[in-house]
Amino acid sequence: MTIVIRNGRVIDPSQGIDGICDVLIEDGKIKEVSKKLPAHPPPGKGGQRGGKRKIDPSGMKEIDAGGKLVVPGLVDMHVHLREPGFEYKETIKTGTEAAVRGGVTSVCCMPNTNPVNDNSSVTEFIMRKAAHEGACRVYPIGAITKGQKGEELAEMTMMHEAGCIAFSDDGRPVMDSLVMRRALEYSKVLNVPIISHSEDLTLSSGGVMNEGLLAVTLGLKGIPAQAEEIMVARDIALAELTGGRMHIAHISTEGSVELIRAAKKRGLADITAETCPHYFSITEEAVGNYNTYAKVNPPLRRKRDVEAVKRGLQDGTIDVIATDHAPHHTDEKLGEFDSAPSGISGLETSIGLSMKLVDEGVLTLSGLIGKMSLNPSVIVGIKCGTLRPGADADLSVIETGREYKVDPGRFSSKGKNTPFDGWLLKAKPAVTITLGRIYEWE
Amino acid sequence: MSLRSKDLVGIKGLDAADIELILETASGFKDVLGRDIKKVPALRGKTTVNLFYEPSTRTRTSFELAAKRLSTDVINISVSTSSVVKGESLRDTALTIQALGADFIIVRHSCSGVAHFLAENLDASVVNAGDGTNEHPTQALLDLFTIMEKKHAIKGLDVAIVGDILHSRVAKSNIYALKKLGANVRLIGPPTLVPAFMKELGVDIYTDMNKGLKGVDIVMMLRIQMERQGKGFFPTTVEYFKNWGLTSERLSRAKRNVLVMHPGPMNRGVEISSDVADGLRSVILDQVTNGLAVRMAVLYLLAGVKG
Repeated sequence: MTIVIRNGRVIDPSQGIDGICDVLIEDGKIKEVSKKLPAHPPPGKGGQRGGKRKIDPSGMKEIDAGGKLVVPGLVDMHVHLREPGFEYKETIKTGTEAAVRGGVTSVCCMPNTNPVNDNSSVTEFIMRKAAHEGACRVYPIGAITKGQKGEELAEMTMMHEAGCIAFSDDGRPVMDSLVMRRALEYSKVLNVPIISHSEDLTLSSGGVMNEGLLAVTLGLKGIPAQAEEIMVARDIALAELTGGRMHIAHISTEGSVELIRAAKKRGLADITAETCPHYFSITEEAVGNYNTYAKVNPPLRRKRDVEAVKRGLQDGTIDVIATDHAPHHTDEKLGEFDSAPSGISGLETSIGLSMKLVDEGVLTLSGLIGKMSLNPSVIVGIKCGTLRPGADADLSVIETGREYKVDPGRFSSKGKNTPFDGWLLKAKPAVTITLGRIYEWE
Repeated sequence: MSLRSKDLVGIKGLDAADIELILETASGFKDVLGRDIKKVPALRGKTTVNLFYEPSTRTRTSFELAAKRLSTDVINISVSTSSVVKGESLRDTALTIQALGADFIIVRHSCSGVAHFLAENLDASVVNAGDGTNEHPTQALLDLFTIMEKKHAIKGLDVAIVGDILHSRVAKSNIYALKKLGANVRLIGPPTLVPAFMKELGVDIYTDMNKGLKGVDIVMMLRIQMERQGKGFFPTTVEYFKNWGLTSERLSRAKRNVLVMHPGPMNRGVEISSDVADGLRSVILDQVTNGLAVRMAVLYLLAGVKG
């Protein structure tokens, strides 16, 4: 099947493209990106050489992307698909449907399922399920330690063989520094990143929001920024000690940004970092009157942290924007703030919130798209995030001109838990193409 | 005049006029409590449910008696296990109680924000009888009422609150209420229990008890929760008492006509010595009596909001 996407502003950081171009897709692969493709696409493989191409009209689709962006399919390297074990929150099917709705064509799913993805049979289950029901590509992240208990290393090479592209105990930190050291050393045989949920549990103990005056006036136990920063500092030190690949997840504080910036400047270790849209879009004020939809871990911080995260994105300290998509059932979020689970359903608001960074002049369009597609692909070592000829045809056509209201009721995700309900955003995918399928929305 | 909200969730949501209205109304009920027949028919036919997720004797009893003095029917529900353990959600429990026809739900819970949550989800009037480390508004109101009785004004008074401010809903409600009525508030305690950033509430902070008590009109002692010991907030109760316990010797630094208050139950010899607790400056038992009048006033005024 041939697809031509015409007249869109094509942004492809991998080739340095930013301009009005047409994109030709044949048989699920990018064939060509050029200023102006002929009215009828040139013949593909097996086509008649030099001759006029005969196109079966039923086999060709034209998409008019005039006034819209055409970007490589977004890669979200931090997603909780919840299956197996928590299918009432999300499934591989609904989670990947939410992904394509958000312009995301590849998701890396975290291992805190039930059972934990800490062995190859769970990895295989996820891969099989994704192949049958997934709306986009799914790349599992295996647990660093058995049962995510932070004690003994899980079978990394066997999980890698089954499809895991990185390892993380996300949701829980690896508190034991020796275990983390071993993980960073051992994972070098695979050349894959260890993704750290950096949190000193002894310091954050029992906390449910950012520490400070607001927490005190709400009577909620605070988590100081230092609970994150102490572990970011440790993780950097261990990466420098071992030479392993360290990717630091969901950066939320000014201090963390500074630590990573300094570490990158030293250049002694392979360190990459990510943040999430909520850490540059809202502050702890969103907790307001016990709004459990604003309960997330790490917690929403202060304005100066938000500004520091933006600066970190701008100067390259932070490489990736990922969602930490954490769907929960409405019933779980309805009740005591202390007992509500942490997390935000983020896949369907990610591009809309992130595009604000371009409007604010924090990032260029290429810079933004790079952090949402190419950079995470390079970090986890998948061949995505590019529109180079020959690459899998994963892309999204994004409308940016029309303001729309966020309505969680219309999310494809089962998780309606978002503090962005009712927000006015502009960027929204109109078409997402992946796995040879075309998803289109009005 | 009437209150604006059907609920009393916290002092945070009240303004000075609301507080003054409650105190004036309580004054009327205090007269009733001095009569031979202490019961009025004001809220006859209404139903009050005490929904207590935390053990409590004095607050629950005070609310129960206040509700009965106003002629409402009273039911006490003590939920010994948390709703999570019990398997029923907080909201379902509350909706069930409302469906039985409760007009007032008095709630105490170990999680902050529960009173606010119920107020938003129920048509009944919700009164916060203490939620987590957030607020205990009726305690602050009865403390203010007691101060008014003795001092006749709040504005300009120097009030010291001593102890575990961080975890005390009583202290929080009192800070908000005293500030709204123009008192000067100082907090005294170890930095583990009185974090420095609480200054932003517009209060002064002292770690030295002797300096903190100098020239104050009111000393509000807080109960030291024994479970804090061993969690590193302070080494031992002996050392705590040595530094922050209220003794007659220490109290001599305050004004001569100082009032000593305590929300109870007291740990004698931990935060307060017996001679001070039972001494001439103590108004601790007045607080208990006034609690009844204030809680009657709150229920009465909330009923007025609902019409």
